Amino acid sequence: MEKRAFFSSKILPYALLLPQLAITVIFFYLPASQAVWQSFLLEDAFGLSSEFVGFENYRLLFQQPEYYRAMVTTLVFSSSVAILSLSCALLLATQADKQLRGGEGYKTLLIWPYAVAPAIAGVLWIFMFHPTLGTLSRPIKAMGIDWSPMLNAKHAMILLVLSATWKQISYNFLFFLAGLQAIPKSVIEAAAIDGSGPVRRFWTIVFPLLSPTTFFLIVVNIVYVFFDTFGIIDAVTGGGPAGQTTTLVYKVYADGRLGGDLGGSAAQSVILMIIVIALTAVQFRYVERKVQY
Amino acid sequence: MVENRRYRNLLAYLVLTVGVVIVAFPVYLAILASTFDAATIINGNMPLVPGDQAAENYYRTIFVGASRTSREPVGLMMMNSFIMAIGIAVGKIVISILSAFAVVYFRFPLRMTAFWVIFITLMLPVEVRIYPTYKIVADLGLLDTYTGLILPLIASATGTLLFRQFFMTIPDELLEASKIDGAGPFRFFKDTLLPLSLTTIAALFVIQFIYGWNQYLWPLLITTKSSMQTIVIGIKKMITTQDALTEWQIAMTTAVLAMVPPVLVVVFMQRLFVKGLVETEK
Repeated sequence: MEKRAFFSSKILPYALLLPQLAITVIFFYLPASQAVWQSFLLEDAFGLSSEFVGFENYRLLFQQPEYYRAMVTTLVFSSSVAILSLSCALLLATQADKQLRGGEGYKTLLIWPYAVAPAIAGVLWIFMFHPTLGTLSRPIKAMGIDWSPMLNAKHAMILLVLSATWKQISYNFLFFLAGLQAIPKSVIEAAAIDGSGPVRRFWTIVFPLLSPTTFFLIVVNIVYVFFDTFGIIDAVTGGGPAGQTTTLVYKVYADGRLGGDLGGSAAQSVILMIIVIALTAVQFRYVERKVQY
Repeated sequence: MVENRRYRNLLAYLVLTVGVVIVAFPVYLAILASTFDAATIINGNMPLVPGDQAAENYYRTIFVGASRTSREPVGLMMMNSFIMAIGIAVGKIVISILSAFAVVYFRFPLRMTAFWVIFITLMLPVEVRIYPTYKIVADLGLLDTYTGLILPLIASATGTLLFRQFFMTIPDELLEASKIDGAGPFRFFKDTLLPLSLTTIAALFVIQFIYGWNQYLWPLLITTKSSMQTIVIGIKKMITTQDALTEWQIAMTTAVLAMVPPVLVVVFMQRLFVKGLVETEK
């Protein structure tokens, strides 16, 4: 797409682009390329000297059992949050899509958790499920479960998944609702006249028509769980107990900040960059397809 | 539709109400906790109706701060969060509307290169290049400054793409008409483009304000002085693993205060919020 009418000026367009390009180069390209360069260097513990070691950092990384554990943790965490929040949001969106009185009000009451910071969401859930003073941990303990998210890795993970899901439902709900409202009502009515019931109509007509939205949301949710849940993890578990809720992103932070292993941390960043680029590329291809619909 | 509508609507109300209750419950507990004294919360039998300590808790949290862990008044943290969120929103809007204007309304060498250089930044969130970015900010002497909190987070293409998309829908005739009127680029931008873009600007502002207010990792890394702390970081420091040190009533009061501005923005600007969200994610 091009404009037929335009201005011609030699300097002005560059001046207009300058602020954005300067910030992008200084705070995006420079650090991204330094991360790549650093991942090939081995620095001594005091940061006084460094030598080029090629793929040594990567080789060391893939020898660490902790790295594989972080991978598995990330996988478990992101798939649980994606499945749970997508299915809850889809259920709520299909109900909100019915022409109900007060439907707008319900919509408002469901979307505001989007605005809550992930770390604050984490803090709310710690309070609710705190082993000694949490309002909801009393019924759990009454059932005979020794609930202790600070010591038990499974409990810690459950708490993380619940708080991350709680925050993500509103986002998925909005996109599902928009997707549902874009489906022509005549298609569904035609199926109703043909005699198929509501459940069957949903699975044979509505759900397939929603699949582009669902696919988009799966990608976005994975990226969300990868990066935006840093605050939740740091607030709720700090990656513990014993590193068992450390995800890939949290490990970059923990190794670089607390462990002082800059090369290893940079190598992890580079791997993450590749993962994000791959996910984004998938998403763009999908967006292109949607345009042709 | 054909089936028994009343039964289906009843079911819908039921599901939605359960959803709303689940979504609201954690926040309700936080609001409750902000109205009790420490002892009531610590003994684990907090009633489910509000207590009478609200005024005392909010006053202490905003103006004095917690006494044992984080000693900064939360009012100051909120101000820092405000400056950061507004700085990110305004900064992003300014640099992106200017660059989109250049890319769409001018012809110049390297135009598409410039566009792609900006476009590629969509791919990487700040979290993956965190240490090198930290180092650059440190080298520039921007640790513990508002500039350091703001600039690195506005280096992305979302705004530029949004404005570019919007400018593309503006008919060419408008530019031709203002050219006939003798308008130069500045006047066209100020008198035609800017007024037409107001809704898009507002939608982007809403989304970026929430994004900025909710930042966690970046302010955690680059602010060391407690006077520069944002509220989202501040609250985490109030919750310690040693239970005896956590003043839960102050922490929950802070959580409520940290939620109020972004939630109000979403509730009162719902239409703009949805527009901003849907369009920036495209």
